[in-house]
Amino acid sequence: MSVITGSAALRQERDWNIGWTDFGPFLALLALLVVGFLVNPDFLSATNLANVITRSAFIAIIAVGATFVISSGGLDLSVGAMAAFITGITIMFMNSMAPEWGVWAIPAGMAVAVIVGTGCGLMNGLIVTVGRIEPFIATLGTMGIFRALITYMSDGGTIPIDRSLREAYRPVYFGTVGGIPLPILISIAVAAVASFILYKMKYGRKCAAVGANEDVARYSGISIVKTRTIAYAIQGACVAIAAICYVPRLGAATPTTGVLWELQVITAVVIGGTALRGGKGHVWGTVAGAVILELIANLMVLSDFVSEYLVAGVQGVIIIIAMLIQRFSK
Amino acid sequence: MFAASRLQQESDEAAGGDTCGPVLQAKGMSKDYGPVTVLSDVWLDVLPGRIHAIIGENGAGKSTFMRLLAGYAEPTAGTLSIAGYDVRFSRPEHAQQAGIVLVHQEILLAEGLTVAENLFLGRELMWNGMVDDQSMRRIAAEKLSELGCRVSPNALVRDIALADRQLVQIARALLDDYKLVIFDEPTAVLTGDEVERLLGIILKIKEQGAAVLYISHRLDEVQRIADLVSVLRDGKMVGTYPAEGLTQMDMARLMVGRDLAALYPVKRLKASNVPSLEVRGLVVSGYAKDIFFTAHKGEILGFAGMIGAGRTEVFEGIMGLRPAHGSVVLNGRIIDIRHSRAAMDGGIGYLTEDRKGKGLLLNEKLAPNLTLSALTRFHSGLMMRKAREQAALVKAVENYDIRLKSFGVKAGQLSGGNQQKLLLAKVLLTDPSIIVIDEPTRGIDIANKAQIYAFIQRLAEEGKTCIVISSEMQELIGICDRILVMREGRITGEVTGEKMTEHEIALLATSDVTTAASREE
Repeated sequence: MSVITGSAALRQERDWNIGWTDFGPFLALLALLVVGFLVNPDFLSATNLANVITRSAFIAIIAVGATFVISSGGLDLSVGAMAAFITGITIMFMNSMAPEWGVWAIPAGMAVAVIVGTGCGLMNGLIVTVGRIEPFIATLGTMGIFRALITYMSDGGTIPIDRSLREAYRPVYFGTVGGIPLPILISIAVAAVASFILYKMKYGRKCAAVGANEDVARYSGISIVKTRTIAYAIQGACVAIAAICYVPRLGAATPTTGVLWELQVITAVVIGGTALRGGKGHVWGTVAGAVILELIANLMVLSDFVSEYLVAGVQGVIIIIAMLIQRFSK
Repeated sequence: MFAASRLQQESDEAAGGDTCGPVLQAKGMSKDYGPVTVLSDVWLDVLPGRIHAIIGENGAGKSTFMRLLAGYAEPTAGTLSIAGYDVRFSRPEHAQQAGIVLVHQEILLAEGLTVAENLFLGRELMWNGMVDDQSMRRIAAEKLSELGCRVSPNALVRDIALADRQLVQIARALLDDYKLVIFDEPTAVLTGDEVERLLGIILKIKEQGAAVLYISHRLDEVQRIADLVSVLRDGKMVGTYPAEGLTQMDMARLMVGRDLAALYPVKRLKASNVPSLEVRGLVVSGYAKDIFFTAHKGEILGFAGMIGAGRTEVFEGIMGLRPAHGSVVLNGRIIDIRHSRAAMDGGIGYLTEDRKGKGLLLNEKLAPNLTLSALTRFHSGLMMRKAREQAALVKAVENYDIRLKSFGVKAGQLSGGNQQKLLLAKVLLTDPSIIVIDEPTRGIDIANKAQIYAFIQRLAEEGKTCIVISSEMQELIGICDRILVMREGRITGEVTGEKMTEHEIALLATSDVTTAASREE
């Protein structure tokens, strides 16, 4: 029980006490890869892994945004429906501009997606913060609205992207840079920017403080409304980026686009080590979480143990186990 | 099996047979948490019909000891014995069955339930398989009136005053048979009359023949009601003394283990007459109105009054933390208090009374806590500068004598006194010219108290304005140049110089006569 008051012990004061929440998700990822290899050696092949990680990119990108929202003590259930809505708007915009602008409709459409996404997030944020409505209810409401809008816009069918744009847009999902699929690079970039914001910038501190204890943040002169609203806006922007990557994969928006994504997104955040009640966010853990989810789904397909129809069920089980681990590792 | 008859039974026992032997004996009890020994080899006899005070600095092991006695934790070594038989309590229920109840320091009640429901929570009376609300309400009413508490058993706990909640909690503890009642700092959140009422209840428990263990930081209370005083220091029992003939200074010396310099710093010369904060006609809806006062540079201005008089709310209003309006002039500039950061940016720093709930992020390390209100000072370009933050922490630890095991600990792991020093350092990092300190020494041991008083004095000498809100009149009288007294949301008077006495303040805080001096100057 020695007591130090000087600067003597400062040198060895690095953060060596890294806990389960920091390493856990990556260990789990590693364990999963080993198990996967044992079940089916094809699992570890470069093509399979690249495929799986590429597929996990949407969830990873959206989940990085959700890390902000959840870290600041909020929740966003509308992300799946929002992704469908943004996809719809973006495709409609691109299609209508294609005759005039040609291929330039694509970047313009991307800009529209980001603007619409940020706007949707901002709306969620303002309803929660200024309107003082429980995040659960507020985003459940907007989830219904976005889902209804995409159904209405597509008339219950599909909104396919214009033939003239299809080839030009294709590389955004299927292209590679240096052998690495573009969606993977995009999600790494998004996560890198997010971790810079969360760990290096002032806003990150505010976000974690608001999530950890709203009163302490308020008494420290931090605006709760501003901090939380920005988190939702970031979430919206991330959903837009995910939607942009998603368009070439399916080539259309449908009323079932993004169904149950919110479950995967929240699961990814939670198994990534961010506490659902708010506090410090773990961006890279979230990314690992998203990859874990997709790996498990892939494993279920490659093995014959469990029917692939049960994928969502397994994900549901995982989020509950992750919460239990968080509870009992205290 | 009910309470009304219980008390009867208690007094019968007290009148009859085995009252001489101890109710409970602690024999060589130790408790380790990992490598840290919190309590080592503590012996204690608890006698029936006696109020036995346990005193010690924060971290001396008092609360741990009480938790062991009441079955909330198990000792690493040593035993408890009742009437010569060794007993083990692995759960609070076991201790309760043996007649040992603990009244917690924190209020642990379900706010959304009624008083009666809380009283019987987890041990509801049943009648033909249904919950017997009628009997429970009746017994609750009886029990509460015995304690002098006038709340209705049907009232929601959320709607009743803090002091009443504590009585409900006490009533809950006393519902079952008891031989020993342990009070863990029961008066920490109470003032004046409420404290008197509680001390009365404790004396009544003693008269009924039960033993009372009483933990408090308020040595004056200990001196008034205790029969025996045991002192813990660094987890060891210093000794047990008859309370008679033990002065407060003796107790403090035993607790600290050395002679204490005077608790309050020597008062310095009168402050300047340069006004730094002028408040005119402040209204905090629901809490305070007609607030007029001026604070000067280099002055220590006290705000006295009962809990609920609106002192905290006045300053939360000024800080933009709750809706308020009125004119606030800060160093000659009018500030718009409807903006949450206006007062803070203008140079007022406010230390909340609730350092655990509103002051510090207990699960966060020290540096992020320290810099939270002054983030702008620690980033350049886009990035936070961690090295600069760490340097600020090292400086704060030295300047404010914050004792810590390592720089990597979390704020929640510091003792109360050190948390308060960290909070002070945090607020001062915003470089305020006016510092408002709400309950500067609540739940803090005497050595840290003296240090905090010295810090306040030092700040005033540096020309800052210090405003101290406190429920402890002694403390205000000890350090302030001038004291404003509030009652029911208004400033009822001002005391200075010779008139700074507990009597004068109490009069203004409670009497119905509003003095003409309600508006100073």
